Amino acid sequence: MGRRCAVVGIGQTDYRRRLEVSLEGLVRWAALEALEDAGLTFADIDAVVLGKAPDLLEGVMMPELTLADALGAVGKPIHRVHTAGSVGAATAISGATLIESGRYERVLVVAYEKQSEGNATWALSGGKSGGQGAGGTFAPWIRSYIRRSGAPEHIGWKVAVKDRRNALRNPHAHLRIPDISEDKVRESPMLWEPLHFLESCPSSDGAAAVVLASEDAARKGPSRPAWVVAHAKRSEFASFPGRDPVRPQAGVDCAEALYRKAGITDPLRQIDCAELYVPFSWYEPMWLEGHLLASPGEGWKLTDSGATELGGSFPVNPSGGVLSSNPIGASGLVRCLEAARQVRGTAGEHQVDGAKVALGHAYGGAAQYFAMWIVSADPDPDFT
Amino acid sequence: MTSQRPVAIVATAATPVHSAYAGPEAGLVMSCVNDLLAATGLTREELAFTIAGSCDYLGGTPFSFVMNLDGVGAWPPVYESHVEMDGAWALFEAWLRLQVGDVDTALVIGSGKSSSGDQRRVFALQTDPYTMAPLGLDPVSLAGIQARALLDAGLATEADFAATAARSGAGSLDALLAAPYVSDPLRAHDVAVPGDGAAALVLVAGDRVRELTDTPVWITGMDHRIESRLPGLRDLTDSPSTRAAAAGAGADSGPLDLAELMVVHTPEETILRNALGLKAETAVNPSGGPLAGHPVMATGLARVVEVARRIAAGEAGRGLAHASSGPCLQQNLVAVLEGDR
Repeated sequence: MGRRCAVVGIGQTDYRRRLEVSLEGLVRWAALEALEDAGLTFADIDAVVLGKAPDLLEGVMMPELTLADALGAVGKPIHRVHTAGSVGAATAISGATLIESGRYERVLVVAYEKQSEGNATWALSGGKSGGQGAGGTFAPWIRSYIRRSGAPEHIGWKVAVKDRRNALRNPHAHLRIPDISEDKVRESPMLWEPLHFLESCPSSDGAAAVVLASEDAARKGPSRPAWVVAHAKRSEFASFPGRDPVRPQAGVDCAEALYRKAGITDPLRQIDCAELYVPFSWYEPMWLEGHLLASPGEGWKLTDSGATELGGSFPVNPSGGVLSSNPIGASGLVRCLEAARQVRGTAGEHQVDGAKVALGHAYGGAAQYFAMWIVSADPDPDFT
Repeated sequence: MTSQRPVAIVATAATPVHSAYAGPEAGLVMSCVNDLLAATGLTREELAFTIAGSCDYLGGTPFSFVMNLDGVGAWPPVYESHVEMDGAWALFEAWLRLQVGDVDTALVIGSGKSSSGDQRRVFALQTDPYTMAPLGLDPVSLAGIQARALLDAGLATEADFAATAARSGAGSLDALLAAPYVSDPLRAHDVAVPGDGAAALVLVAGDRVRELTDTPVWITGMDHRIESRLPGLRDLTDSPSTRAAAAGAGADSGPLDLAELMVVHTPEETILRNALGLKAETAVNPSGGPLAGHPVMATGLARVVEVARRIAAGEAGRGLAHASSGPCLQQNLVAVLEGDR
């Protein structure tokens, strides 16, 4: 079914306030790095897919129009994906679809956010002042998870420390807190109970890019491909009576579809590491459970055991994750490309030893949009 | 390019174009989805892939497409995506998605509620943020510059612009040409009035096509291209992106009985006719086109719906649908549709 698709080039900017570079410069930076990695130029690209979170974050409407030149898209097809916070991963999947359809050989996928050009909390609150922000939406559900699972309070602090320590190994990461500790997290200001300041993601600028290729094109390239062996998306209503926002059905369905497509029957054992979209610390155990990597009530125990640390049995967010860098629209693509770096063996200081199969994930909206992919060093991974 | 899996439109839906729809955008979407389910007898669960096109900025609300999910019907959870573009680009991704081979049915939607804001001010935000945006360059002003370029090149007259408007039902040529300018050399009749509305269709591949309809409308080709963001770098009297998209869609591989073109400003008809090389035998915008109804973000997909309906009704055998995005026809999409061969 469909042609194989592989990641053959990866590029990303540093994630921080990028006042020294324009919107065009930011996306072009990531795109050029991905092309160089793939041994290609803009002339080799058949189509471009662009993703970002709401246009209101920068105040540029339908930015594929103004970024067409910077992305080498003039004379080519370019389309723009927007699926809330999941958009970076949804954009990667959209690009993979273009390859799998047989229509294109090489597709450039770019996602970005330049939060310093706007007011993210205003924009994320529906363009209203005095909004609750993303943390205000998620905090009650996190509290509900804690009550339901019986998890001790320190789990959130532990995730925050782990991801910030991992970030110290990733030169692109925004937050760098060498003396991070559970005490320091606990003593940081309470933003949205139970979330402390240091359990929350930063506001970052940044762009990420991947070059996707067909099998023929991938085998001609200079770099080792990361094969996209499966991808899945699911969405559900934002709210209705009886909806479970702590363990959304769309997230469960998405994971089931993904593992089925990949031939994965025991995800915790058969996947070597994961880049999960964790903008607030508690989402690590919540997604471990919500995506069938752990049974209900068991996700926090996995985190507590140290299994999700770099060097553990199932490292989660070796790059430092969204907790350390959050260029919103790009964050999902960063998860997908960091998963690809792991299986290509090019993750540098945060490489997971021997990683062959990795999960990239993003979610968005009121925890209602899910997009995930599995990448592998082997185009036909054997999970027996 | 490898051989293409045949994909057909089996049902279409479109709302009336409202000057100001009183309900939420999701109401427009839901009306189309309900019509499509009734027309095909399919259940929501049988539509394997859903993709919508809409734009946050029309309502000035980030994530406005999230509310549209209420109209899409996203429970149980659906396999779904969204482009921040006219629904015609959602159709492009759906058409390729069905060609992958593992999914046979798709729901495609375009919707917009432009009455929420002042469209000239809103669409001015499409231009580059650092040099052009501070000028407040809006699409109607830019269309005026494009119209002037056409006049200066001797490629059209103001009477040609008015003739396009007259064919869309705007009134008599003499009366139109006596009207004052709104964006010199454009008059009010030269500019489509933004409205609220939605269009949608069901796309099917494989054996299911014949189960669902006796009059499938096959999408035999589709392509889209973009041009530079800088009007000064482009020849505004031509549309090379339309020409390239038409070639990519295989538009010239047979006669065209009709073409529905996204003419939002009358001078665009001259440019598009020339770029597409349309012959006298091709009826252009028999529906009246966007000048007779411009449901912003659904206008392009509505062109596809218009062509599909005429082919399904046996009024035409082969037709072309065109959609556009950006100022001065910056980005263009072409779809070629055919009835049973």
